[in-house]
Amino acid sequence: MSGPRDISRRMALAGAAGAGGLLLSGCDRLSRSASFRRVLAMAERWNMRAQRLILPSQGLAPEFRPSEVSPIFKANGSFNPSTDEYKSLRDGGFADWRLQVHGLVAHPLSLSLDELKALPSRSQITRHDCVEGWSAIGGWTGVPLGMILRAAELQPAARYVVFHCADNLGGGANGLYYESIDMKDALHPQTILAYAMNGKPLPISHGAPLRVRVERQLGYKMAKYIMRIEVVDSFARIGQGKGGFWEDRGYAWYAGI
Amino acid sequence: MTAEVASGTAPAGREVIKRHALITRVTHWINLICLTVLLMSGLQIFNAHPHLYWGLKGANFDPALLSLQKFPKWATIPSWQDLSTGRLWHFFFAWLFVANGLVYLIHGVFSGHFRRDLKPTRDQLAGFRQTVLHHLRLKFPKGEEAKRYNVLQKLAYIVVLVLLVLMLLTGLTMSPAMDTAAPWLLTVFGGRQSARTLHFIFAFSIVGFVIIHLIAVLGAGPINEIRSMITGRYVVKPDPGDKP
Repeated sequence: MSGPRDISRRMALAGAAGAGGLLLSGCDRLSRSASFRRVLAMAERWNMRAQRLILPSQGLAPEFRPSEVSPIFKANGSFNPSTDEYKSLRDGGFADWRLQVHGLVAHPLSLSLDELKALPSRSQITRHDCVEGWSAIGGWTGVPLGMILRAAELQPAARYVVFHCADNLGGGANGLYYESIDMKDALHPQTILAYAMNGKPLPISHGAPLRVRVERQLGYKMAKYIMRIEVVDSFARIGQGKGGFWEDRGYAWYAGI
Repeated sequence: MTAEVASGTAPAGREVIKRHALITRVTHWINLICLTVLLMSGLQIFNAHPHLYWGLKGANFDPALLSLQKFPKWATIPSWQDLSTGRLWHFFFAWLFVANGLVYLIHGVFSGHFRRDLKPTRDQLAGFRQTVLHHLRLKFPKGEEAKRYNVLQKLAYIVVLVLLVLMLLTGLTMSPAMDTAAPWLLTVFGGRQSARTLHFIFAFSIVGFVIIHLIAVLGAGPINEIRSMITGRYVVKPDPGDKP
């Protein structure tokens, strides 16, 4: 027995099931379409514009108490780079490591770890947010990046700071990790080149000898195992041109959300 | 929802009314698309780390509040595991959801829709118990009573509106830049990982609402209900108890 009501109910259910199937295959096809991805990626620019609009340029990310530090801070990405160059530096206790600062600066720099440690430092206990969704709280000590950039003296065309790293996370010729930030984040007081974590020398798994902290963005912006810092007017010619290792693999350059 | 009698003749004893305003209907369907994509791309993002925590922090070595299996392919956008593509979808449709929601809210306030149709009246609150009993027996109002939302409907719509606002706020609390610009978000939701857990709970509360909403639509006559949300026209069946 089926009255008109049952038929209309059945039609509604069948319609919903059909729409669901179309939705699934349609979304997969759209996910593969380069032009559709460009439309979706407009939202990344809206995120950046909106957040920069409401974010005071010197506004500090929340800082935490020592008791709130994560008992075990999860390491992610590379844990122990295996390039020959890094292995020999590591075996020498990073005594031969030098940070190169070059590109659009008036005075290129070459600094040893001891020289960096002799400069005024900043310590901060902050929350590290991974794009995957987890968070860890840790204490970091390092030199404000702004201080290094001011010492090197930025040229007027300088727009981005690129961190070139020792770890070959992707493997192969294009696998070296790199990241870039603009001057708004580079000159922020909490953006530091950290050589210590929770009061001890920075562990290998967290980027020894030097990593950057960019506290108002997600973890993948905070490059580890930094070898040189290049100041540029555009990152179009670096890597695959998107401004970072994960950016070249589809992630947003602005990672404030 | 305006209970004007539409021009045009209805079969004897039936009355056709104009049920939903154009803006309500358009924003309803845009919202359905947004929430579907947000849920499915959200499950994709969740699959990158299918554990929930409470408080300021939480990662693999911290005690999880809840550890789940990854959601299956048919529940995520895209169907394969791909966090960056899930995020592309999620943020684009989050903006669309906010823009659409603002149009709805502004219209609802200034047109009087909220005050007229969503605010429960005194007599409805007094008859709350009876309405619950009628609903449990899937007995829906007819005649004059069918021209307005009943008290359970009104409360459900108010709760879901609050949930949708909370979805936005807990989503924003997960953003490190937002936490810098508006640290009060962390205070309100008890930290980033609490906000993430609440985002998940609220999302499934909305799924629960949608299931009940669909059962109610099926029970009350799906063609008439769906038509009223597309064309605005809604057929009110006579109440057998009413004498003409």
